[in-house]
Amino acid sequence: MNKTWWKILGSVLVIYTAIAGLLLGVPRLPILNETIRNLYFHVPMWFAMIVLFSISVFYSVKSLSTKSEIDDIKAVESVNTGIIFGLLGLVTGAFWAKYTWGQFWSFDPKQNFAAISVLLYFAYLILRNAIDEEQKRAKISAIYNIFAFPMMVVLLFVLPRLKDSLHPGNGGNPGFNSYDLDSRMRMVFYPACLGWILIGYWVYTIRFRLRSLENKQQHH
Amino acid sequence: MKKIFFSLILMLATMQLFAQDNGVEMADALRSNGKIYLVVVCIVIILIGLLAYLFSIDKRLKKIEKENEHKN
Repeated sequence: MNKTWWKILGSVLVIYTAIAGLLLGVPRLPILNETIRNLYFHVPMWFAMIVLFSISVFYSVKSLSTKSEIDDIKAVESVNTGIIFGLLGLVTGAFWAKYTWGQFWSFDPKQNFAAISVLLYFAYLILRNAIDEEQKRAKISAIYNIFAFPMMVVLLFVLPRLKDSLHPGNGGNPGFNSYDLDSRMRMVFYPACLGWILIGYWVYTIRFRLRSLENKQQHH
Repeated sequence: MKKIFFSLILMLATMQLFAQDNGVEMADALRSNGKIYLVVVCIVIILIGLLAYLFSIDKRLKKIEKENEHKN
């Protein structure tokens, strides 16, 4: 993945979604009005976060068997990048909620559980900082990460669905709401998700490369 | 002659009025639909700027990585 084509692809897709997301037609729905376009910007943040956390748990499992420092760094840096996307998702979600649900934070199950799942990963970083010995830190934090990942999946995709929520895709509805099935919106929504996932992955690789350079300098 | 001159002046005066009505709507591609295109342009400029910045960071990092390889 050390090539530039996918970086350019991600950039082009993100720029495309900014243009098409604001200008192409969307369904006319009450309350949502034009804010339905937030689907192209708010939801991809979460997709990018989930992909980055998946990368993290993959390298955590790998680091337990290989005991390699590189795998450990990969696990941390993808969490570091994923948290940024999670926070962006929370803030954009709160803003969207203010003008459609009435409040920034209405203690909706989806909002609460999303916040908790971000906190889970803050705990991962705090746990790492608490342990000085490198081997021990890698092992304990990898095991924590293996527990945190399914917790995050349950918190984001299972628990909100068992409760009544204002958020689309919850309260018994599997998947997204009917408005997402609009073919015009799919033309923008899928490229948006792919584009932001690529950008997120790119930022993660930059963080990883920086960290491994720093580590090299420390060892010398 | 005077009459024709007067009517010509009056006609020119009205033309100016017409011109004022029509002349405002110029180059309206960025003004249509409640000027939304302006917002799109701003967002695209910001995105292009940030992405170009990301590319430049990547480039600098690559340079440092290469230097480091030579050292070791």
